[in-house]
Amino acid sequence: MIKQPLLLSKVNVVYAIVVGVMAVLPFVLDSRTMTILLTQFCIFAILAMSYDILLGYTGIISFGHAMFFGIGAYTTAIMLSDYGPSIGIFAVSIVVGIVLSAIISVISGALTLRLKSHFYAMFTLAISGLFLVLAEKWRTVTKGNDGFTFRAPELFRERLYFYFLVLICLVVVFILLKRIVASPFGKVLVAIRENEQRTRSLGYKTLGYKIIASVIAGAVASLAGSLYAISLRFVNTSVMTMDITLDALMMTIIGGVGTLIGPIIGAGVIEFAQHYLSGLAREYPIFERWIIFFGILYILAVIFFPRGIVGTVSLRYHEWKLKKGQKTKASVKLREKEIQR
Amino acid sequence: MTNILTLERVETFISQYHILQGIDFEAKAGEVSVLLGRNGAGKTTTLRTIMGLTPASKGTIHFDGKDITKMAPYDIANSGIGYVPEDQGIFGQLTVEENMKVAIRKETDATMQKQTYILELFPDLKKFWKKQGGNLSGGQKQMLAMARAFVNDSKLLLIDEPSKGLAPIVIEKVMEAITEMKKHTSIVLVEQNFMMASKIGDTFTLIDDGRTVQSGEMQNLIEDEQLKRKYLGIG
Repeated sequence: MIKQPLLLSKVNVVYAIVVGVMAVLPFVLDSRTMTILLTQFCIFAILAMSYDILLGYTGIISFGHAMFFGIGAYTTAIMLSDYGPSIGIFAVSIVVGIVLSAIISVISGALTLRLKSHFYAMFTLAISGLFLVLAEKWRTVTKGNDGFTFRAPELFRERLYFYFLVLICLVVVFILLKRIVASPFGKVLVAIRENEQRTRSLGYKTLGYKIIASVIAGAVASLAGSLYAISLRFVNTSVMTMDITLDALMMTIIGGVGTLIGPIIGAGVIEFAQHYLSGLAREYPIFERWIIFFGILYILAVIFFPRGIVGTVSLRYHEWKLKKGQKTKASVKLREKEIQR
Repeated sequence: MTNILTLERVETFISQYHILQGIDFEAKAGEVSVLLGRNGAGKTTTLRTIMGLTPASKGTIHFDGKDITKMAPYDIANSGIGYVPEDQGIFGQLTVEENMKVAIRKETDATMQKQTYILELFPDLKKFWKKQGGNLSGGQKQMLAMARAFVNDSKLLLIDEPSKGLAPIVIEKVMEAITEMKKHTSIVLVEQNFMMASKIGDTFTLIDDGRTVQSGEMQNLIEDEQLKRKYLGIG
């Protein structure tokens, strides 16, 4: 019989507490900067989770993930700018962004996912570069590299309300993705990551599964892009640059690939480290080159947490548990021997 | 007895290398057909070619009356061929339970019954049901690989070197399991261990340098010292 995970399991209770803490944090900190930072953290956590579906669960390395983030951001910005800043238009723009991303994922996936991983990575870089050039050159719509500002819906001009929207999105996306990776479909994705050829010889058309995974990842990244555009109320081509993809990649690797919770932690580490390191520059001029310190931090994280924060902590915990179990077994055997004597 | 699998003049290239240069092979329904030959003779490539993993460039492969030569591996698997590769191909990050779930494409009463049956055959898998595949011993991995291939209603199992790297006591268990599986399905076995092959095989096909050298009843090979010495280096 299949044992279903309990709703009130220890882990779920911890998650609920963390969400509760995050919900009250803006009231405790009472700082507009912190609310914006927390909002950014949630948005990038959504983006990083979407990347984890590709890298962590399916073993696909994509250098073009920013394309979907950019599609979401531009769709929302253009629609709100053209049709007015209402919540309805915002909701429709999210759906349109997700649909567009899904269509592009299917097309690019069908064309490129047959390729071996490194060739696929290069192709995604090329396709995303193509979209970046399109965004730069199609000035009548995108205003090119200069970008454009637009008005957010009235309700979300209040930073706190928008933060709650983003937090809710983060929780919903986490629950949905968690369900997906725990489903038989998710297990097939892991099987593909482990040994694609073997999965095919078990009767699975792996290309279809990989395309579905890239559609899910693209759709979630597009949602993150839509939220990002609202948080800035401005969009330019920077939303489609390689930096965004590298951020998602680093957040996933630092947090721990194939864990979902890891990329959220990774997003937190990177967003807060960026904020505090760049803030230190006001007092210590050396931190004007904060990106160097950030690089050192990244190297240290990779050295001390080779499986990412969550992966390494979980490994240490299991090793400790195993040792504890062996000690208990040994002491039971010793006691049995003593009793026999 | 009817043929469940027939290979006629099959040739296969891996990159520029001409590995199979003319394989003729027949497997009869309800029997264990053993592919024998020296290292590098082309036994594993033959199984991979049947599965469509290294497709044949010439010749034909018929399974259950259907031409499968140009079919994709997933279609071949879905048509009723289970494959246990040499390296077992266990998904190390998935538990035994999850490995079985991935193998069972559709949960039906028949597959669940078969799972129960296979777990009785390999009680170790039941014992380590929640253990990650990567943490199993070599023998347990072999059992899991065989269980995964057998759990679907496969008409034919291709098993590549099941005794490789296993302790004699584990080999005995694997042999018993194959003998038991034979009651339910046809088997094509690639095996270096002649003692094991001769005990469970009904027919043999000798391969050398990518070509079929001789086929026949296993008993004939057991008695033919010259053939064994020439192609298997034993006797």
